[in-house]
Amino acid sequence: MVHFRKSLLSLGVAAAVAAMSQTSAFADTSDKRIALSNNYAGNSWRQAMLTSWEKITSAAVKDGVVAAADAFTTAENQVTEQAAQIQNLILQGYDAIVINAASPDALNGAVEEACAAGIKVISFDGIVTAPCAWRIAIDFKQMGKEQLIYLAEHMPDGGNLLEIRGLAGVFVDDEISAGIHEGVAENSQFKIVGSVHGDWAQDVAQKAVAGILPSLPEIAGVVTQGGDGYGAAQAFKAAGRPIPLIIMGNRQDELKWWKEQKDANGYKTMSVSIAPGVSTLAFWVAQQILDGADVPKDLTVPFLRVDQDDLEEKLAGTEEGSVANVEYALEDAKKVIAGK
Amino acid sequence: MTFVPSARLLRSLLPAFSLTVILIAIFYLQPRAMSYFGLNLLLNLALPIAFATLAQMCVIAVNDLDLGIGAFVGFVACVGATWLNESPVLGVAVLALCILAYAALGALIHLRNLPSIVVTLGMSFFWLGLALLVLPTPGGKAPEWVRAVMTFKAPGMPTTIYASAMVAILVHFALMRSAYGAVVRGVGGNPRSVERAGWSILKAKMSMYALAGFFGVLSGISLIGLTTSADANIALRYTLLSIAGVILGGGEFVGGRISPVGAVLGAMTLTLAASFLSFLRISPDWQIGAQGAILIIVLALRVLINRAGKK
Repeated sequence: MVHFRKSLLSLGVAAAVAAMSQTSAFADTSDKRIALSNNYAGNSWRQAMLTSWEKITSAAVKDGVVAAADAFTTAENQVTEQAAQIQNLILQGYDAIVINAASPDALNGAVEEACAAGIKVISFDGIVTAPCAWRIAIDFKQMGKEQLIYLAEHMPDGGNLLEIRGLAGVFVDDEISAGIHEGVAENSQFKIVGSVHGDWAQDVAQKAVAGILPSLPEIAGVVTQGGDGYGAAQAFKAAGRPIPLIIMGNRQDELKWWKEQKDANGYKTMSVSIAPGVSTLAFWVAQQILDGADVPKDLTVPFLRVDQDDLEEKLAGTEEGSVANVEYALEDAKKVIAGK
Repeated sequence: MTFVPSARLLRSLLPAFSLTVILIAIFYLQPRAMSYFGLNLLLNLALPIAFATLAQMCVIAVNDLDLGIGAFVGFVACVGATWLNESPVLGVAVLALCILAYAALGALIHLRNLPSIVVTLGMSFFWLGLALLVLPTPGGKAPEWVRAVMTFKAPGMPTTIYASAMVAILVHFALMRSAYGAVVRGVGGNPRSVERAGWSILKAKMSMYALAGFFGVLSGISLIGLTTSADANIALRYTLLSIAGVILGGGEFVGGRISPVGAVLGAMTLTLAASFLSFLRISPDWQIGAQGAILIIVLALRVLINRAGKK
């Protein structure tokens, strides 16, 4: 997902989780090689995702769980390039390829070639629809709906909402937005009075919100997709309007702003997004598949939510310019596979 | 007397030479690639790029530049994965219209004396917009026959190699050996004298743009045959790749100097260069730069040959 476009600055990873057990009881996959095919690295979320991958897989390689777990990123976020990259990985003889795909459909040709060559393909975040591949999907729709559930709890009287969407034409944007609109339909006291595209970036969101604000009535809440909350807050501030309840997206600057407001005036909100560490979950799922485990083709990963109470803890574990993160261990993967 | 190869011969051999060097380097790094299966994987994405490069070459032949070809190929891919699959008649009609639109573009650029860069850059947004209208979210399905053609396993060598060779030779004879081909290239070299000789520049430009549109359509259709479905943004990179392919293959921006065989070889070299860099495990941050470095090396070789030829 194209969270944040910028800030290559920090490669920080937060909230270290679950050091894996030192015992090498995984003899079955010790000669297997896994590759990560990644389509984009130009934002903090993707950087954190790659750092998490590196951290968890290098430990796994050291412990002899797998022989190799190399990460490959295409130079440009282009379908044709990633298709060529996957074909190169087939040639290099990897046993499994973990993919964060540039397109859900347009890579299917390359994915099917990989499957035909006996390679296990596991997609996550940006999933592929080829039937032979595994998918670790995120319930983006639920991520949108969750925001309305929170708003309904904290604002029983309802009010006007401003919706900040992501990048037009990307399915993640459609999904989250569909979830938000479903939530609004179920809670009729809320009404979306304006909608702008913030492209998951603070600066774009700020400009877009500043542009639409003069035409809007009083806003009670802002529903977002992540990466846009801080920009929205700045736009409201610059316009001299009261700052509504803005749902955040786990970015460090958003959490920091929230913390400042919380300390100053008891500002209340919640924050939800996907942990970049989902790449490590995909790694463990790939390892399990290679190990011969019976894994359903479609898995769902929970999203990472920050609430009023654990804000300080999550913020402390998030490096500047990064995203709140969680890394997964083999046990977590087993739980997800079992559908718990 | 010893045989001294002419600069012209050396120049025309350069694209084949660069391709061979890259191929040998790949075989060295990844011996697995030295097989039918390996070559097929390495080269099958080169075919759509080769078509896009030929399209670009047609435009460059008449001293213009097409900055919209990538978006156009993307649009064709979207049409191919939707209308062409669901109602073939409509699909073919739309694709024919696309070729006509390209011819009209050539006429517009010539009659109004507009800079082709501006017009085609504008058109690139038009094509992208249309592609998003046809296919708002990635998906669609390539027609079965396209898929069958593109995954056909020819005996001996991968189909891509046969197809590229055939297309390169066909275009070579059409543009480099035929009488009208000479006229068309003359439009790029010296339009005034071509006009004085009684040929219509308008017609020449329109036919070259139409040919560019035709190759653009082939590029888009062959692309979805490989990917099985489309995405409006699928081929945006083709714009720059195609220009690089033409230049790498021995063409020049001005003067109607082109080489169809070289352009196809150039497209393959570019495709292989990307694989080569990924086999080398160069970090993605450096890959674009490294690709540029390969281009610069080849072009520098060409300048050296040109200089030697002048002496």
